[in-house]
Amino acid sequence: MAQLTSALPASGLRARPGLLARIDLPRRVVFAAASSMILIVALLMVFITWQGIQLFIADHVPVGQILAPTWQPDATNGPTSFGILPFIAGTVFVTGVALLISTPLSVGLALFLSEVAPRWARAIVQPALEIFVGIPSVVWGWLGITILVPFLADTFHKKIAISLPVVGQVFSMPGFLTGFSWLAGSLVLSIMILPTITSVSYDAFRAVPQELRTGSLALGTTRWQTIRHLLIPSALSGVLTAVVLGMTRAAGEALAVQMVIGNSPSMPAAITQPVTTLTSQITLDMGNTVFGEPWQDALWTMSLVLLIISITSVVLVRALNKRRMGS
Amino acid sequence: MTATTGRVAGGPLGPKPSLRRKTSRGSLLADRAATVVLWGTGVFVLALLGAIIVHFAAAAWGVVSPSFVLSDPSDTGLGGIGPLLWNSIYMLALTMLIAIPVGILGGIYMSEYAGENPITSAIRFAEESISSVPSIVVGLFGLILFVDNFKWGFTVLGGALALTLFNLPLMTRLSEQALRAVPQEERTASLALGATKWQTIRHVVLPLAIPGLITGVILTAGRVFGEAAVLLFTAGLGTPPHYDFTNFKTFSLTDTNTAWWHSSPWSPLRPGTTLSVYIYKLQSEGLGVYVNQIVDGCAAILISMVLIFNLGARLLGRILTRRLTAA
Amino acid sequence: MLNGTRRLGALAIAAAIFASACSSTAATGTPAVTPAPAATTAAATSTPASAPSAAPSAAAAAVTCVTGTITASGSTALQPLVDAAAKQYDAACSGATITVNGGGSGTGLTQVAAGGVQIGDSDVTAESRLKAPDAAKLVDHIVTRQGWIVVTNKDVTGVTNLTTQQETDVWTGKDTNWNQVGGPDLPIVLIFRPSSSGTRTTFKKLVLNNATEATGGQTLTEDSNGTVTTAVSKTDGAVSVIGFAYYNDPAAKPILNGLQLDGVDATVANMASGTYKLAADGHMYSNGTPAAGSLTEAFLAYMMSPAVQGTLIPSKFYAPVTK
Repeated sequence: MAQLTSALPASGLRARPGLLARIDLPRRVVFAAASSMILIVALLMVFITWQGIQLFIADHVPVGQILAPTWQPDATNGPTSFGILPFIAGTVFVTGVALLISTPLSVGLALFLSEVAPRWARAIVQPALEIFVGIPSVVWGWLGITILVPFLADTFHKKIAISLPVVGQVFSMPGFLTGFSWLAGSLVLSIMILPTITSVSYDAFRAVPQELRTGSLALGTTRWQTIRHLLIPSALSGVLTAVVLGMTRAAGEALAVQMVIGNSPSMPAAITQPVTTLTSQITLDMGNTVFGEPWQDALWTMSLVLLIISITSVVLVRALNKRRMGS
Repeated sequence: MTATTGRVAGGPLGPKPSLRRKTSRGSLLADRAATVVLWGTGVFVLALLGAIIVHFAAAAWGVVSPSFVLSDPSDTGLGGIGPLLWNSIYMLALTMLIAIPVGILGGIYMSEYAGENPITSAIRFAEESISSVPSIVVGLFGLILFVDNFKWGFTVLGGALALTLFNLPLMTRLSEQALRAVPQEERTASLALGATKWQTIRHVVLPLAIPGLITGVILTAGRVFGEAAVLLFTAGLGTPPHYDFTNFKTFSLTDTNTAWWHSSPWSPLRPGTTLSVYIYKLQSEGLGVYVNQIVDGCAAILISMVLIFNLGARLLGRILTRRLTAA
Repeated sequence: MLNGTRRLGALAIAAAIFASACSSTAATGTPAVTPAPAATTAAATSTPASAPSAAPSAAAAAVTCVTGTITASGSTALQPLVDAAAKQYDAACSGATITVNGGGSGTGLTQVAAGGVQIGDSDVTAESRLKAPDAAKLVDHIVTRQGWIVVTNKDVTGVTNLTTQQETDVWTGKDTNWNQVGGPDLPIVLIFRPSSSGTRTTFKKLVLNNATEATGGQTLTEDSNGTVTTAVSKTDGAVSVIGFAYYNDPAAKPILNGLQLDGVDATVANMASGTYKLAADGHMYSNGTPAAGSLTEAFLAYMMSPAVQGTLIPSKFYAPVTK
């Protein structure tokens, strides 16, 4: 049917087109609107890349130095070192733990919505998820500071450390002295990326043909066996896409994370300890540094790293989708 | 694909109990457990959302009042958030003023015109890229382009433009979805009657897509309203001065250097701290015994706006669909 | 020039302010101090007013009004003061709008040098951050002195004073337990300010003599005075540095221990007299000398007027720069 319609306008059924129709102004306008996004991306990449490489061009910092573990940008403090490895590691680790927490929960929720939930339950949970998406990141950060951080500090530092033998040991070894920690950041992020992973996985599960389910169940398998051996394998690339998208969102989140992770600019040591990420260091230092000094140039380099992370993930998602379409 | 519609996801999906008896007791138990766990995820999300809403409702009790919403911030007392709320609304309006037309036009191109060619895939790639770029990087891009290069300083316009380019992909994609949902027969019929392609889009497709378009607009608006990281570096971070809404004394369309342009609450060329940015500012630099209450109040207002936007989008979409399909 | 009632009013306000300032220092074991020179300046130079009135109206009388709009941007440490002064000025002069933005000292310097704003607020000198040609364009207006205080958690009992040497040992990680500086047997938890911040820069230069601070482990870095206050008050053995204005905040003071530095109380009076050394100038930079008759010039002059120097500055726990 679709082929039929697209063939129609091309044929000579219409009256001879006037000048206006030949120029096809509407088409040009809508094309300009859509392609403006190409312009935006190009501009964004050019500007951020240009600023991001100033550290190497204008300040003559060797490219390899950014992979050093020492962040010492203050020239009054002796020789400078623009190692952003602690921030990259912080971003990777905080994001990693957030994914570990969020993925099972989100995929479970997607399975619940797609396979288990009766209509009425879906009608409640889906809008709830949309509201989750809409809650601003500063509000998550504020909840983190006022509820999560004190909770971690009080509960795991003072009480559980004594009352629970095994868990207590784990938590009391380094101790959540302040509650501002890697784990606090990961927990806040895991809730923030939950709707992303859930909705994309949900779409992947829904895309599995119904006949496969019916066939499987007809063979006498339980619903869980169907999910486990049929649905998850066939929706795997979709779920992976969901995880990559969640990862991208987590790695780029700035304010909520900055508010709860403690921002200690050293290599992440333990999950109970403060760490810092690329985004939070940019947030902290950008306003205090001046344009054009090496210190701020290093921050632009960090934002270039963030840009590279997100573009890579887009490419990754496209590759995953292609594989799914291919199979 | 058609198999996924309808109520297949619910309980009736399983085969008749008689068929299930073949499966072992263990797998039945696993199935039960899985069902419980999957229901648990749904309950967890709802409980979490409920807890957050109750928390902020309780926190806002006694804080949020008409005078809190309308009056100026105070150094010493509880004060109000009137100018901040105004800035949020103004920023939203300005952003949507640009994003809605460009987004819908772009959506029209992607849905009605775009063929399978390199330009289309470049647009798609750009769309996905901007969606995945961290908001703080978009903020930095705005800083370098609008604030530094254009020498605007911190302005509402700069913030709105940065927000626009950040949300354009979302607006475009939602518009495209809304337009694609219009049945192909409508187009065929219109074209068969001799209407041009643009006439068809203008008079047939667009009106039918209105419910979907409105949902898209509201969902985008919800995201714009809560965004802070983009605005931190583009629209300013301060307590606004008292806004005089009757200030038109020095208004001049030709001379944008008059005081009006830099101070009137109606002008886009003045700094404008929004509600979300104000939360970030207060939690970091706020002074006084009322800081926590004010932030709770702001957060409660933001969350209620998100609720209103979401529920509004659903309700309006439903009403319009009913009206249009009835007509 | 001066009306007796007005003088009494101003003195009463100043006394009240200092009473509250000193009640904070009571925690560190000092008796109340007499009002700083600032308070008397306020009374001596205030313009005539028929009845005792609050500071804003006193300010109104002394203002040279210029209409227009300017933006000041930069240091968050100076923001509460500049903000309050701008609000007073706006209230006194209809047709003038002064917008005050935070963003940090670096933002302020960058933007004033680039011409994006008319005034750049900074905790540090332009020369220390900007490239020489940019810094040379800017004109410095030192409007106040701001002080910082070392604060600890309430459970660090028995420590009321740290010497410069002890601070260095604590912050470089040489001392890791409070019992090494006369306190209880409790590990020291360092809560830093971001290394780019004026607070950190000043503290490091004036107190630590640029020694390299400890890193890793249980050190936190918090951007904000608010978060630092919360973190210090809730964390056993925590120590950090916050601005006077934040320390004297009624919400913060009761939950923190403020320390003397080298035996000197952290008071506005001691900072003004120069005996308390953890203090630095607050700069407001303009791009070139402000044009005669411009709002920038008028506002910078207003910052130096008795209404700000004598009344507003002490009330916000900064120290005046005029005598």
